[in-house]
Amino acid sequence: MGILKKFFGGKASIQQLPVGTITVDRQGNIVASTVSSAFPRALLQTIAADVLELLKEARAVQMPLSEVSLHFVSLRITVRELRGGAIIFLSPQTAPNKSARP
Amino acid sequence: METRHKILILDDDAEWLALCRDQLTTLPSHPDILTANNAKRALALLETEEVRLLISDLVMPRIDGLQMIAIVRRRFPGIRMVVLSGMEEEEYRSRAYALGVDLFWLKTEMQRNGKLFCECIESLLGQSDRDNDTGFRGVQSKSLMDIIQMECLSRSSTVLRITRGPLVARLWILDGELRDAECEGARGEAAFQRLLAWKTGTFENLPPEADRERTIFKPVNALLLESAQTMDETANPSLDSEESDLHRKTMWKLSLITRERAEFVVSVPLDGTEPEALGTQNMDTLAPWTKHAAEIAQRLGERLEAGPLSHVGCVSPERQLILLANNTHAFLLGWPPESEENLLEKSRQLVASWES
Repeated sequence: MGILKKFFGGKASIQQLPVGTITVDRQGNIVASTVSSAFPRALLQTIAADVLELLKEARAVQMPLSEVSLHFVSLRITVRELRGGAIIFLSPQTAPNKSARP
Repeated sequence: METRHKILILDDDAEWLALCRDQLTTLPSHPDILTANNAKRALALLETEEVRLLISDLVMPRIDGLQMIAIVRRRFPGIRMVVLSGMEEEEYRSRAYALGVDLFWLKTEMQRNGKLFCECIESLLGQSDRDNDTGFRGVQSKSLMDIIQMECLSRSSTVLRITRGPLVARLWILDGELRDAECEGARGEAAFQRLLAWKTGTFENLPPEADRERTIFKPVNALLLESAQTMDETANPSLDSEESDLHRKTMWKLSLITRERAEFVVSVPLDGTEPEALGTQNMDTLAPWTKHAAEIAQRLGERLEAGPLSHVGCVSPERQLILLANNTHAFLLGWPPESEENLLEKSRQLVASWES
């Protein structure tokens, strides 16, 4: 197995999609999170910063948004404005688990 | 020396992998068959082997097929992809095709009609590079004109359903005669002319409808000739007609917005050229926001490996907004706050018509 790791290195690594909710304050600091601790904290911080930037820029062009949903093929990020901060829902949009199928 | 292509099959079911391997070894081109029972191993193989075709299941633990396809499409754009799944719901078929897979097969169909499946795989292995492909899925290198002529010459009775992204058009053919057409809100000859401007898409044959009201009375060859002349003129416009063309396009776009009951559309080219907006006075502020929002969303999607951006939906006290982005443009569509219909579908159709 060690040899395989040497050959393939980190190139083939893929991360799982985040699931859960994070609450961020107006500075982008994460106040609360239900996302697995295995998911990189830095990436959560990136999500928080990016969505706050979206909301802030919308306010700046006189278009205050109460909710934003980013729909990717495999993930939905729903953001609700929370007095300058935000609550962010992360929901993977994948095919259902085998155990959940009838 | 003849090249042996490599096929990688990804499925978490070991018995199914063995079955597929047995089936595909019978292909006339004798491809090398590689197998993987999880996405991580499949990606490792794709890094090291020159795989021509990936056949992937959809439902797998940890990383599922849709995410895998999105990753492969981005990292290995040249690889052809086939989904082989037990998921019968139309939603998964649409999502897979939206991600750019070449074929979607149900496992039950593959077992029932293994020969046809093998022929499709053989055909995919033999095709030239993706960049050179033109035409309609299923009939490579054939234009829509060719397909219609084929149906009419063979005196077919069918309904041709043609899809280009969110746009759907239909042609009713009875005993080799074109009787009716529907496309982008138009009907009859106007719809037929509009449809012939489509360069790519997918088509399928539906059962004929003998009692369909006839709206087209000209012979199909005469209509095709007229369309060809119109397309030639459009491709080589005279200077005098450019201004009136621009006016006509603007009126057409305005009528689209009015018909769909949208408030406004902002179209922002991603190459930095001049944006375009209809229905709003705030283009100067909305266009930069649209572009930046699309960039942020696409960047986030890439970092999270969540696949391509489908759309961004926004709610404000005054309206609902849908942001759509493709490789060349970002579009922001404003809708009244009380709109409850399928805004996403309407937005996609509006943008597709806008671009055409």
